[in-house]
Amino acid sequence: MTNVLLQYATVLVLSAFVGVEIIAKVPSILHTPLMSGSNAIHGVILVGSMLILGAANTHLEEVLGFLAVILATLNVVGGFVVTDRMLEMFKGRKPQAKAKTDEVAK
Amino acid sequence: MSRGTLIDLLYLFSATTFVLALKGLGSPKRARMGNGLAAFGMLVAVVATFFKYVDGHALHHVNLILLAMFIGVIVAVPTARFVQMTAMPQLVAIFNGVGGGAASLVSITEFVHIKSTNPATYVTLEVLLGVLIGTVSFSGSAIAFAKLQELMTGRPVTYPGQQIINAIVGVAALGLIVTILVQGSTMLLWILLIVSFILGIAFVLPIGGADVPVLISLLNAFTGLAVAASGFTLGSNLLIVAGTLVGASGILLTRLMSKAMGRSLSNVLFSAFGSVITASGASGTDTRSVRSGSPEDVGVLLSFASKVVIIPGYGLAVAQAQHVLRELAEVLEGKGIEVFYAIHPVAGRMPGHMNVLLAEANVPYEDLLEMDEANSELQTADIAIVVGANDTVNPAAVNDPTSPIYGMPIIHADLAENVVFMKRSMRPGFAGIDNELLYNPKTLLVFGDAKDTLTKLVAVVKAS
Repeated sequence: MTNVLLQYATVLVLSAFVGVEIIAKVPSILHTPLMSGSNAIHGVILVGSMLILGAANTHLEEVLGFLAVILATLNVVGGFVVTDRMLEMFKGRKPQAKAKTDEVAK
Repeated sequence: MSRGTLIDLLYLFSATTFVLALKGLGSPKRARMGNGLAAFGMLVAVVATFFKYVDGHALHHVNLILLAMFIGVIVAVPTARFVQMTAMPQLVAIFNGVGGGAASLVSITEFVHIKSTNPATYVTLEVLLGVLIGTVSFSGSAIAFAKLQELMTGRPVTYPGQQIINAIVGVAALGLIVTILVQGSTMLLWILLIVSFILGIAFVLPIGGADVPVLISLLNAFTGLAVAASGFTLGSNLLIVAGTLVGASGILLTRLMSKAMGRSLSNVLFSAFGSVITASGASGTDTRSVRSGSPEDVGVLLSFASKVVIIPGYGLAVAQAQHVLRELAEVLEGKGIEVFYAIHPVAGRMPGHMNVLLAEANVPYEDLLEMDEANSELQTADIAIVVGANDTVNPAAVNDPTSPIYGMPIIHADLAENVVFMKRSMRPGFAGIDNELLYNPKTLLVFGDAKDTLTKLVAVVKAS
């Protein structure tokens, strides 16, 4: 059992380093979409919610699990849709003009 | 390959997409693809979970799961699609809060489920941490939402002995955790739930509206950690990886944000910033003179300009004037005038919020300058136009050590030859501090609704 705990702890520590490394390079103009995007990612608690509702034996567990799945779904779906809506708007300067310069470069 | 192994491999795939998605969010070009990739990874994980065995049997209550998901989807999609872009921070707060709530519920339910098997102490500890952090995130996000949505005052809510009371609630929560670890009582777990809920509220109440975005980022990191704690309890690597990624990156992002305001994180969280408005500034307002003008006056200024820097703030978005502003920039560019937008890191209600609002109005992101770049451009600019911004151009942050925003990096609008300050009234900004720049002889104040003023200005410039 302790070995399992150790394995989880390893995953935790390495993930923490990856999380810090990745974010260090994000330009500030993308901070809001980043916050929103990572907000959607912690919606993975939906998987945990499904597991507890799927294993529920008592009515109490069923009610709590049901609520958890609803909340987690809100988190996942809302998070991804909002982030996509924000990012949809990030467009570069006049794409046609850019395409032209690309042609010239060729 | 066994069913379990295949599902774990699919989970590994999902975890990889989350890492790549966060990386993709580092560039405007790949960000949207990254978000889509994470959504796909999430879908894979959810579908795979339907085939998972728990306690040696296939998932029970599949119909209930599908029903709950259906309810979640029909509420979340319209909300996320149709809410105004200016309300984005509240929306992120609420979606974050429900995630924290879900993590807390997962931990509680798992505790109820495994309690009869006398779980090891460390398992109980993980459960308790999940409940504590998840619930604080839930109730804290709810208050943050109420503050941003203006359901309650955006000012810090303070009462005598607040710090002491908060400390007592915090200690009570820790005491409960220790007691539950020793006794394993489910009754006390419910009390911990209530205490955590109160703690979340008490923690957020004294934080002023201007600081709420930093708080949301912190609560976002909290939810990530609560999810990681649930991952330990459920034995899920996927939850641990995703939760920790969000927790670690969220804490870093929170620090970046408070740094942009020139303050430490503990100062943001515990100083009830903005509750004391400097009395001297408020009473001195009437005696100092300001120079105000009409859009036509600005039009004259603009006809002599060759370089214009626009400094937008949240007031622009409130007036829904982003599109008119872009129109003005295009008209000016048509006359051969260089136009840039100077974006303060905390302009709007969240870092990068202003960029999103301007992107919505089709402003090309190449025209958006970050603060340092903007300040060097301002030295050679003829006109700085401040629209709906206030605290982010307040020289008090540099000149006045007694000012609450002293030390915050600002955009030096006063470096430009002329400053045009579009303002609704003489009221101080979000942080509640008087602005020296208004009384600068270089400054021309144009009172009125930002949208009206800009519309008139576009007409004036077009006609000249």
